[in-house]
Amino acid sequence: MVEAARTTLTSSGEAGSPAGLSVERLNDAYRWMVLARVIDERCLTLQRQGRIGFYAPLSGQEAAQVGAAFALQADDWVFPAYRELGVALVRGASLRSVIDQLIGNAEDLVRGTQMPNHFAFRAQNYVSVSSPIGTQITHAVGAAMAMQRRGAGRATIAFFGDGATSSNDFHAGLNFAGVFRTPTIFFCQNNQWAISLPRAQQTRSPTLAQKSEAYGFPGIVVDGNDVDAVCRAVLEARTRAVAGEGPTLIEAQVYRLGPHSTSDDPHRYRSDEAVAAARARDPLQLLKQRLVDAGALDDATDQKVWGAARSAMSAALEEAEKVAPVEPSSLFDNVFESLTPRLEEERSESAAVGPGAGAGR
Amino acid sequence: MTELTLVQAVNRGLQEAMRQDPDVLLLGEDIGVNGGVFRATEGLQKEFGAERVIDTPLSETGIVGSAIGMALYGLKPIAEIQFQDFIYPAFDQIVSELAKFRYRSGGQYPCHVVVRAPYGGGIKGGLYHSQSTEAYFCHTAGLKVVIPSTPADAKGLLLTAVHDPDPVMFFEPKRIYRSVSGEVPDGDHRVPFGEARVAREGTDLSIFAYGAMVPTALEAAEALARDQISAEVVDLRSLVPLDERAVVASVEKTGRAVIVHEAARFCGFGAELAALLAERAFYSLKAPVQRVTGYDTPFPYALENVYLPNAARIELAARASLRAG
Ligand SMILES: Cc1ncc(C[n+]2csc(CCOP(=O)(O)OP(=O)(O)O)c2C)c(N)n1
Ligand SMILES: [Mg+2]
Repeated sequence: MVEAARTTLTSSGEAGSPAGLSVERLNDAYRWMVLARVIDERCLTLQRQGRIGFYAPLSGQEAAQVGAAFALQADDWVFPAYRELGVALVRGASLRSVIDQLIGNAEDLVRGTQMPNHFAFRAQNYVSVSSPIGTQITHAVGAAMAMQRRGAGRATIAFFGDGATSSNDFHAGLNFAGVFRTPTIFFCQNNQWAISLPRAQQTRSPTLAQKSEAYGFPGIVVDGNDVDAVCRAVLEARTRAVAGEGPTLIEAQVYRLGPHSTSDDPHRYRSDEAVAAARARDPLQLLKQRLVDAGALDDATDQKVWGAARSAMSAALEEAEKVAPVEPSSLFDNVFESLTPRLEEERSESAAVGPGAGAGR
Repeated sequence: MTELTLVQAVNRGLQEAMRQDPDVLLLGEDIGVNGGVFRATEGLQKEFGAERVIDTPLSETGIVGSAIGMALYGLKPIAEIQFQDFIYPAFDQIVSELAKFRYRSGGQYPCHVVVRAPYGGGIKGGLYHSQSTEAYFCHTAGLKVVIPSTPADAKGLLLTAVHDPDPVMFFEPKRIYRSVSGEVPDGDHRVPFGEARVAREGTDLSIFAYGAMVPTALEAAEALARDQISAEVVDLRSLVPLDERAVVASVEKTGRAVIVHEAARFCGFGAELAALLAERAFYSLKAPVQRVTGYDTPFPYALENVYLPNAARIELAARASLRAG
C-alpha cells in the first residue's frame, strides 16, 4: 500500500505518500487554503454590494478540499457539488475564470447560464455542478465504469455533503459502485449542517462513513481539518481504486464556519458559541501552527501570503468586472448543439422585443 | 381583515388549518427551527411542536412518500418542497403513487396530500431555483393544481386545498412573496377551486395569467389603458380544475386572447388554453391567440430578464392581436 502510494503523483506532479506531505507541500497547501479563505471573505462582501448575486462559502472546509485535491491526478475526474471552490483552484482553474463565473459575464465558461459557484472546468476535469443535491454521485460511478472499460488507471471522485447522504443518488451510487467495484472515491464533507438541519437529525447512523459497509466496501472517517490526514486518506482510496480494489467512502469531518449561503441566516438555528468552538479548530490556524512549529513560516511571511492572496483576488476581480455582460442572444445557445427552427424563431422574437423591454419588473 | 404579504398569508393559512384540525401536520426541509427558507412556516413549530412541524432529512422522496403513508392512515399532511425545482426526486411518488391511489384502489384508498412548493423566476436563482413546472403536474390525471396570485387567494386556496379530498399541488409565486400585499380575511377563509377571478375588467382583449404573472399582466393592462385599449385580465387561480367557462366567456366578450406564463412555451399550460379557445370559442376569435411565455430554453441566470415575460412583451402581443383582424 505504501509502495503503491509512493509512486502516485499529485496533480501538480510532486510525489505524495502516506508518510505525509513534505513541508513544501504543506506550505503550498497553506497558500491555497488562504486564497480560498480570501475569496470567501471577499465574495460575501461582493454579494452584499450587489456585485455578485449569490455565494456559498467554504470556510472551514479548506483543508478537506485542498487535501483531497492534492491526492488526485490531473486525469482523474472530479464530480463536485457547489461548495468545492478549493478543489477547482488546486486543479488549476484560474482565479479569473472563477470570478467570471461568479459574475456571469461574457467570458464565464458556463456562459452566464448558472448561479454563482456552479462551475464547470473541462480542462481541469471538474465536471459541471448541479444544484439538486446528490445527483453527481451516480455520475461519478458511471464515469468510473467507463474508466474501467478503457483501462486507464484513473479514478473518479464525487464530492458531497452530509445532507446528500439522504439523497436517492447516494444510495444508488454506492450500490452500483459496490456491485461493479468501480474506481470511485466518495468524498463526503460532513460540515455538520444541511442548511439548518444538524448532522444528528440527518441520519441515526453514528458515522456517515459506516454507510459504505452495507454496500460492501470500506468507509473511513478522517479529520477534515488536517490537510495531511485528508490527503493520505484520499491517496489510499485512490490507490485501491486504480488497483481494481473498488470504491471507498471517506467522511471528512469539518465544520461549516459561515452561513449555508448568502441567502441564509444561521443565527436562526445555531449558537455563536457552537461556531466559536469550531473556530478553535479552524483548519487554517491548525496548518499555520504546524508550519510555524516546523520553522517553515513566521508572522512576516504569513502576512505576505495573505497579502499576495488579497492582491491576486483584487486584480482578478478588477479584470473580470471590465468584461462585458453576456450577449442576450446567447440565451438560445447550447440548448442543443445547433438551434432548432423554433429556437431560431424565438431568438429573433427576443431580439425584436429589444433589450429595453427585456428588463423585467 | 389583516394586511399581509403573500408569504405571510401562506403562513396564516397553514396556522389556521393546524388550529382547526390536529390531524394537519407539516413536513419538509428547514421548515421547523429555521421557519422555512422563505419563512413560510415561521413560528409554526413553536406553536404546534416538532411532531407537527417536522424537519426531515434531505429527501424529497422521503417527504412525499411518507406524507402519502400518513394520508392513507387518515392524517392531513402538508409537504413542503423547498423549491419546485427540487421536486423531481419525489416525482415518482407524486405521479405514480399520489395521483393514482384513489383510482387504482377503486376508491378504497383516497390519498389526500397537499404538496406546497415555491416556483418561478425573478430572484436571480438560475436554472434550479426559478422553474415553473406546473405543466408536468397538470398533465397527470388525479392531481389538482393551484397557483395563487394574491395574499387573500393564497390563504383561501390553501385552506380549500387542506380540506379537499384529493391531492393538491399548491405552487407559490416566490417572486411576489413579499412584493405583493393585501387584505386577507381572518379565520377560516376559503376560495373554491375551479373559479377564475377577473382581476381587471375589459372589453378589447383578454389576458390570461396566473401566479406571479398576474401583477405583470395588470401592469400591461394599465399601460394599454393609457392608449384607450381596454384589456381584461383573468387570473386562473386553479389550473386543475380549470374554469373553462370563464376563459371562454371572456373571449366571447373580447374576441382576442393573450396567454401569459413563465414556463417554456412548448407544451406549456398556455397550449391547453389555446386549444380550449380553438375548440370552444373559435367563432368568437377575431385574431390568432398570442402566447407570451418563457422561451424554450432552460431557465438562465444572467439573462433571466430576457427570458421572463414582462409587461412590455405582453403589451407587444396585445397590440399584435389588435392589429390582426
Ligand atoms: C434535491 C434537493 N433538495 C433540496 C435542495 C435545497 N438545498 C440546497 S443545499 C441543501 C443542504 C445540503 O446539505 P449538505 O449536503 O450537507 O451540503 P452542504 O450545503 O452542507 O455543503 C438543501 C436542502 C437541493 N439543492 N436539492
Ligand atoms: Mg453539510
